[in-house]
Amino acid sequence: MSASAAATSVHAHDAPASPLLQASALFCERDDRVLFSDLNFSLFPGELMQVQGSNGSGKTTLLRILCGLNSSYEGEIYWDGVAIDEDRESFLASLLYIGHRVGVNKILTARENLRWSSALHAPVTDADIDAALDGVGLAGYADVVCRNMSAGQHQRVSLARLLLSPARLWVLDEPFTTLDVHGVKTLERLLADHAGRGGAVLVTTHHKLDVPYELRRLNLDR
Amino acid sequence: MTTHPSPQQSNQRPQVSTFSAFQATLRRDLLIALKRRNDLLNPLMFFLIVVSLFPLGVSSDPVQLTSIAAGTVWVSALLASMLSLDNLYRADYEDGSLEQLLLSPQPLYFMVLAKNIAHWLISGLPVVLLAPLLAYMLYLPADAYWTLVFTLLLGTPVLSLFGSIGVALTVGLGSRGLILAVIVLPLTVPVLIIGAKAVADASLGVSLGMHYALLGAILAMSLSLAPLASAAALKISVN
Repeated sequence: MSASAAATSVHAHDAPASPLLQASALFCERDDRVLFSDLNFSLFPGELMQVQGSNGSGKTTLLRILCGLNSSYEGEIYWDGVAIDEDRESFLASLLYIGHRVGVNKILTARENLRWSSALHAPVTDADIDAALDGVGLAGYADVVCRNMSAGQHQRVSLARLLLSPARLWVLDEPFTTLDVHGVKTLERLLADHAGRGGAVLVTTHHKLDVPYELRRLNLDR
Repeated sequence: MTTHPSPQQSNQRPQVSTFSAFQATLRRDLLIALKRRNDLLNPLMFFLIVVSLFPLGVSSDPVQLTSIAAGTVWVSALLASMLSLDNLYRADYEDGSLEQLLLSPQPLYFMVLAKNIAHWLISGLPVVLLAPLLAYMLYLPADAYWTLVFTLLLGTPVLSLFGSIGVALTVGLGSRGLILAVIVLPLTVPVLIIGAKAVADASLGVSLGMHYALLGAILAMSLSLAPLASAAALKISVN
């Protein structure tokens, strides 16, 4: 299938020791329609991979499968060389996922939301939260109830988690949709910074990513 | 925004203990409930209204009321806890927080348990505290008050724990209608029977050891198994 070929050919790093995330012979079918079959790719530390495909081509499904939220697939997924089912805990400790539903409770304030979502992964202080909100352009919004924010601001609150999390793998599903021009720039910089520090990013977007960084593409269209 | 706060890229195992994640989840759910006063008051008001309808609908005769008091309070408590069940996971499912919870490296058992405990503190405990007052209204004999409170204390957590399984199974469905009640109510029947029987027996002066033992056993069993079932059901629901 084209996807595996495209993914491997673009890869031009000096072959790092081992891939962080590796998918082998992934197959997924929904409503009698094959979304992808025999999909193979590896994601190495310091790589930024954009998953592309037309609407309904299975981008979100692929990301959810990789995170373990969707189990209706065949094939193997390895994190750091170990199948993710075998050592789920250390995989989840290294994973940060932001989906279509951004995981921001509207009744709570930005700070309360971030305090909880961080508590599930790594301890943070109030100063960390302020700094993270500052980093996504929400300085001064820490104690504003999220109901009084716009959709783009919800997205930013959830993106603040990128700055609070120690995770090495970021899996982001359409993170650009509701962001304004500045937000897009900020996020692009965050992605490049993360990859530069040896993290790995998997992102779906229709937006043309403008990053000072080599971008790998995984195309799900056949 | 080029420099990051410190915790970035430590590449280590999670430093958060399960207990602090448990605490954070409990605190978050309580906070949400406190901010939504309606959700806090609704079960209590419902409980009060349903119980007060019985003297109007059945009879205001003290003898008749005494005979139905135990069952009435127990059935109303059961319905009140059903009323607020949907709050457990619905909002989290819709805003994506549930996915975050499922992707936490912490054992899901404890996260679900924290949410269930929060639900009980919000909807179960107030009902337990209000029950003696309503029992007085229904002419429940005075020596059965403590039995009522104790059996409700043992029984209402079970309602939250079993209810959680039902909500977890149905949270992904678009139109749920009565399906939640159909799943949950049969599971709670043993608790209802034993609880109501214990209160009725207390007014007759019968020994209650067996009732407490049975309720305690059901609570212990549901504490250890129900969150596992809820966790499995949640995974299916987000699939």
